[in-house]
Amino acid sequence: MNNQGRPTGAGEATASNVKTFTGNKALQIEEALSFEIGSFEQTGVDLPEPASNANRLGGLDRKSDIGLPGLSEPETMRHFVRLSQKNYAIDMGPFPLGSCTMKHNPRLNEKMARLPGFGDLHPLAPESAVQGALELIDTLAFWLKELTGMPAVAMSPKAGAHGELCGMMAIKAALEARGEAGKRKRVLAPESAHGTNPATAVQCGFTVENIPADKTGRVDLEALKAKLGDDIAGIMVTNPNTCGLFERDIRAIADAVHEAGGYFYCDGANFNAIAGKVRPGDLGVDAMHINLHKTFSTPHGGGGPGSGPTVLSEALAPFAPVPYVICEDGKYSLVETRRAAKAEGESVESLGRLTAFHGQMGMFVRALSYMMSHGKDGVRQASEDAVLNANYVLARLKTEMTPAFEGHCMHEALFDDRFLKDTGVETIDFAKAMIDEGYHPMTMYFPLVVHGAMLIEPTESESKRELDLFCGAMLSLAKRAKAGEADAFKAAPVYAPRRRLDETAAARHPVLRWTPAQKAEAAE
Amino acid sequence: MTVKYTEDHEWLKSEGDVYVIGVSAHAAEQLGDVVFVELPEVGKTFAKGDEMAVVESVKAASDVYAPISGDVVEVNNAIVDEPAKVNEDPQGAAWFVKIKPSNPAEIDALMDEGAYKDFAGNS
Repeated sequence: MNNQGRPTGAGEATASNVKTFTGNKALQIEEALSFEIGSFEQTGVDLPEPASNANRLGGLDRKSDIGLPGLSEPETMRHFVRLSQKNYAIDMGPFPLGSCTMKHNPRLNEKMARLPGFGDLHPLAPESAVQGALELIDTLAFWLKELTGMPAVAMSPKAGAHGELCGMMAIKAALEARGEAGKRKRVLAPESAHGTNPATAVQCGFTVENIPADKTGRVDLEALKAKLGDDIAGIMVTNPNTCGLFERDIRAIADAVHEAGGYFYCDGANFNAIAGKVRPGDLGVDAMHINLHKTFSTPHGGGGPGSGPTVLSEALAPFAPVPYVICEDGKYSLVETRRAAKAEGESVESLGRLTAFHGQMGMFVRALSYMMSHGKDGVRQASEDAVLNANYVLARLKTEMTPAFEGHCMHEALFDDRFLKDTGVETIDFAKAMIDEGYHPMTMYFPLVVHGAMLIEPTESESKRELDLFCGAMLSLAKRAKAGEADAFKAAPVYAPRRRLDETAAARHPVLRWTPAQKAEAAE
Repeated sequence: MTVKYTEDHEWLKSEGDVYVIGVSAHAAEQLGDVVFVELPEVGKTFAKGDEMAVVESVKAASDVYAPISGDVVEVNNAIVDEPAKVNEDPQGAAWFVKIKPSNPAEIDALMDEGAYKDFAGNS
């Protein structure tokens, strides 16, 4: 018989406001900066005293301490593991950020990327030693061209905005080759565009003008035509657009732009809605980046680097950047310089090099793993399921929330804040309350064309059960807002490690650098 | 002198032979806490509708358009140093620029207070 007298039932205490000595809340550990934990005198490794060599720094040697935090190995491990536990990740729950395609990152991708032949590569290894890696780049390039219906792809861009830069530089190079770079200076982009679109165009020396939207949230074709002329360099359009709507007039838009002598850059951020269904090449696209970290399931949002291969049309292909992979007699090699590219083709005028090496190799492995494991039919079904899931969310939430536009959506559902009118609750309060429900908030206040926008992209990864739980949480929040619980919303989040942060103070008086003085302050 | 307004939520009023320009109280409220303001250089020339200044809040970044054509004769650097002023007194101390108009007729086409209130109420 157990004689220890230990009670085995639950106690009566409700301990939500118990103050602990450590400041921790059970497994929720308060974590200081590594600078505050460690000391400058301490180090986690023992290095032998270096032999005293003659100082050849010419008087430039450091006079003060370097000031790196000194932590032991266990302290370092705990520090970063604790920080990682405060993070929200797609491996923990739904990540409904619109226009971000936060889909599941399959474990198979990770397994493939860790194969020694891929994981231990060096970009300067001789071509003869990395034939398999080059073949992988070439195979991925083939399928990206196949899925987009485009004749060429630049693999090296490192993320979406970098791919935009690649595409717009190709457009600029093509205009220069035509002798029209001086007069074709205008680029048109819708007001709902990702901010990187106009930023990229300006970076390339263009001026940007808005393409007006019609009342259905799509490009106003007639208004666009009125803005075209012989000073147009091109347009930048996302399809489906950032309102989650398919641009039905896309072919007519492309034709009008081409007729005016301009090029059509398509932002591929929303390719997950149409991959395997629609080939952008058939829509008249001249350049489009593909976010491998969205559509093709490689990690992002803090989980890994982006990767933005950019497909190019016949008209822009001659200006593709180096390096790229070619295959002759079963042997793969890299074309590394503009001169070598020129030797490949008469009309080739490569825009040069965008990156030091060949692109995000680890992401290429993951993206190709995704494609191969899904197959063409699987990629198509993923797109269909992504659109279906978004429409399910739209249909369920519109009973309490207000969709920004009528009708079906593509891969993301967009709501405005009309349903919060006169409740005292704003989009930001709603988003903060979602944190208490255990969700990463949706994209908010974007696109800018919709007041108090809430943009939700569930992706194909979420099951019906998961979507129902999410919709249930959203509907309950909407009802509570309408029932006059504004004060509770203004106080949210209450369960997060930190309560409402002062965004205004963070923007107006940002503290971007830790200084030893702050350590002294924290100790007091 | 009455205050005039544009559909992009700028206001202007005359001050001698120049016009003082800023963003409307309605716009400041919609933006939320303003955290950054970028103003043009004195001497710069704008056509009506040109992007003239930038204002960023915790919610969004917006362009401020020139409501009339003309030359910038003075800018209010106080709001660059303290963007919060735009929320505190958007139609007073937090003016953006003063412009010497090159085509004063453009001013007649702008909305008066009543018309702007109707417009802002419906937008």
